[in-house]
Amino acid sequence: MSGHSTFQPQNGIVKWMERRLPIIGLAHSSFVAYPVPKNLNYWWTFGGILAFCLMAQIITGIVLVMHYAPNTAIAFASVEHIMRDVNWGWMLRYLHANGASMFFIAVYIHIMRGLYYGSYKEPREVVWILGVVIFLLMMATGFMGYVLPWGQMSFWGATVITNLFSAFPIVGDPIVELLWGGFAVDNPTLNRFFSLHYLLPFMLAAIVGLHIWAFHEAGNNNPTGVEPKDAQDSVAFTPYYTIKDLYAIVLFMIFFVWMAFMVPNFLGHPDNYIPADPLVTPAHIVPEWYFLPFYAILRAVPDKLGGVLLMFGAIAVLFVLPWLDTSKVRSNTYRPLGKQFFWIFVFVCIALGYLGAKPAEGGYVIASRIATVWYFAHFLVILPVLGLIEKPKPLPNSISEAVLAKKGGSAAAAE
Amino acid sequence: MITLTKNTVCALVAACALAVSAGGAMAAGGGKHYDKQDWSFSGPLGKYDKAQLQRGFQVYKEVCASCHSLEYVAFRNLGEEGALGYSADQIKALAAEYEVEDGPDDEGEMFTRPAKPFDRFPSPYPNDNAAKSANGGALPPDLSLIAKARAGSMGPDTGIEPLTDLVRMVWHTVTAYQEYGPDYLYALLTGYEEPPEGVDVGDLNYNPKFLSGDALAMAPPLDDELVEYSDGSPMTTEQYAKDVSAFLMWAAEPKLEERKRVGLNALIFLAIFAGLLYFTKKRVWSDVDH
Ligand code: HEC
Ligand code: HEM
Repeated sequence: MSGHSTFQPQNGIVKWMERRLPIIGLAHSSFVAYPVPKNLNYWWTFGGILAFCLMAQIITGIVLVMHYAPNTAIAFASVEHIMRDVNWGWMLRYLHANGASMFFIAVYIHIMRGLYYGSYKEPREVVWILGVVIFLLMMATGFMGYVLPWGQMSFWGATVITNLFSAFPIVGDPIVELLWGGFAVDNPTLNRFFSLHYLLPFMLAAIVGLHIWAFHEAGNNNPTGVEPKDAQDSVAFTPYYTIKDLYAIVLFMIFFVWMAFMVPNFLGHPDNYIPADPLVTPAHIVPEWYFLPFYAILRAVPDKLGGVLLMFGAIAVLFVLPWLDTSKVRSNTYRPLGKQFFWIFVFVCIALGYLGAKPAEGGYVIASRIATVWYFAHFLVILPVLGLIEKPKPLPNSISEAVLAKKGGSAAAAE
Repeated sequence: MITLTKNTVCALVAACALAVSAGGAMAAGGGKHYDKQDWSFSGPLGKYDKAQLQRGFQVYKEVCASCHSLEYVAFRNLGEEGALGYSADQIKALAAEYEVEDGPDDEGEMFTRPAKPFDRFPSPYPNDNAAKSANGGALPPDLSLIAKARAGSMGPDTGIEPLTDLVRMVWHTVTAYQEYGPDYLYALLTGYEEPPEGVDVGDLNYNPKFLSGDALAMAPPLDDELVEYSDGSPMTTEQYAKDVSAFLMWAAEPKLEERKRVGLNALIFLAIFAGLLYFTKKRVWSDVDH
């Protein structure tokens, strides 16, 4: 979506169109001629995988809407109608429910990729910030989607999460009433969540467009973190990365199909097969797995408002990350300390996810507190300080040089 | 080349680890442990055993149906593909054994008529309050989704809780074992015991396998020789419990066979497609050092 198109149309109709609306040239310069560093590894394929996930959610979602009824009296039954009576309905619904999980798996890997290779650093701050906005919108969409089948976890998850806003002084209660459309989670809540669940994915698609625009302007980062110097360092997006991304998407689909067809309920909660009942509270209320790290942070704090602030803070801190990391070196490949702290951070995030699924008692609470402190310390203390004290390894002069060095290294190792 | 393959493996391992990490921890319920049973329908190639489903249906019909409804199941479902294997005539005859309310007729009156294949199983009680008052205040839940609405925690045990949780998450996903619902039902139906010394359960029935406590309102519904099997299967509480749990799994997941079949075909197709793409990709990249 950037630069001047090198596109030279031959076909008459295309020429006619290019003179009036150069959309084919735009597509050509964005997805065909667009130069990409030649040394990207498979962690870079998750962007394409995410685009696939969004498309898959929108397509399965739109067909689900043709059969779903957003009314508390019949929502649960309408999902069962989809599962039992609609042709291929069970497949649509399992693909959509598991597709949300796949989406989050991919986005978490994508974010971790960015953290490891310093993809948020100058000049990609806006790319990164738009990414965090996408992540937020995904969370809102996933949360509201989970309410739609109107099972016990739908209802109680919605009740617990919307109630969090009441912790804010003055504005808290009006916000909660606005979310609910009344004084409890009820039919108006389901209706507005349904409406927003339909809307947000399209806003998401628009932000994804900006995200792509932004990184096409700045150019892709790469595993060395060294910007391409000359034409030798890059290849054209098509065919090189179209074929590679497609291959990765198909591998990802194998995993997706395995989950959606072989263990479709494993990532869901059994209680959501019980119709919502405001009079019966489930023993443990847990959100979907992809919120668990944030849920653990929320529950680690004894004070409600404090917990809510930290939970939102855990995402807010991502927005300012480009200015917290003081290291001049992008890629952790060349940062001996940064690399170790990165893997500790990954472990802490997974630990928080695990703790979020466990009851908030005893040793779990203590562990959640330690992990929460570490989570924030990573951004607010470790990254700012590391950049000042760490002695990075020497950077390669160019991507081509790094590739050659790696080739030589692995050839030597193979002998 | 070497690093590319390593990265692919890393990416896949990370994807799987993330997927199952927190997700599965939720399936583990209540700290009680359950035994895995052998189910014909578990695993990627699993299929229902039609004879078992028919026996299980017989148990439901003769025992459980007096208290529990089966709201989402219609008579016609029993004869559909991947179901109990009844013929259209058998289903018609079966449905006709039940009376359902219909109407209003031309005079505005409600009336009852014999059920037709498209009707759903009628509920034993006119409403929840009637069901509660007949069962000492406890509501017998609808059974059409019960096999998916309960989960017993099971799988390999390492003795260290977080490690066990982790191992089980991977184990469930890799072996495609999702039958913790019927495992729970079987354990519950065969789990009644005399309450231990000093434990008073009042009007309830002691059952340490019950997920929400140790005692429940349902009296032991099964007993040896209770249901007359005609195919020579043992007429024991264990066999009844197994058969009715399998039947309830079918009731909750009538499209299981179709799902596994389609899934397997999709996987085979994708694996071949991925193989072709791999070689195409290698070919395309062969002129670039990367
Ligand atoms: C006499 C009436 C009666 C009969 C017959 C009966 N149940 Fe129940 N059942 C109940 C009641 C009442 C409850 C609610 C128990 C409670 O909540 O304490 C219940 C609860 C259950 C539950 C839910 C347990 C849980 O985890 O919450 C299952 C499963 C169940 N019954 C299965 C069966 C099956 C299978 C049969 C037939 C073999 C059967 N029941 C026969 C009355 C009955
Ligand atoms: C960002 C993309 C999306 C995400 C992450 C997402 C997520 C979810 C989730 C988690 C559920 C609950 C699934 C369940 O447990 O049953 C759900 C349900 C639903 N979604 Fe989406 N969704 C997305 C896009 C869409 C779109 C674009 C539509 C419609 C145009 C849609 C329509 C529905 C409907 C009708 C349901 C209720 C049926 C059901 O529960 O299966 N979704 N969604």
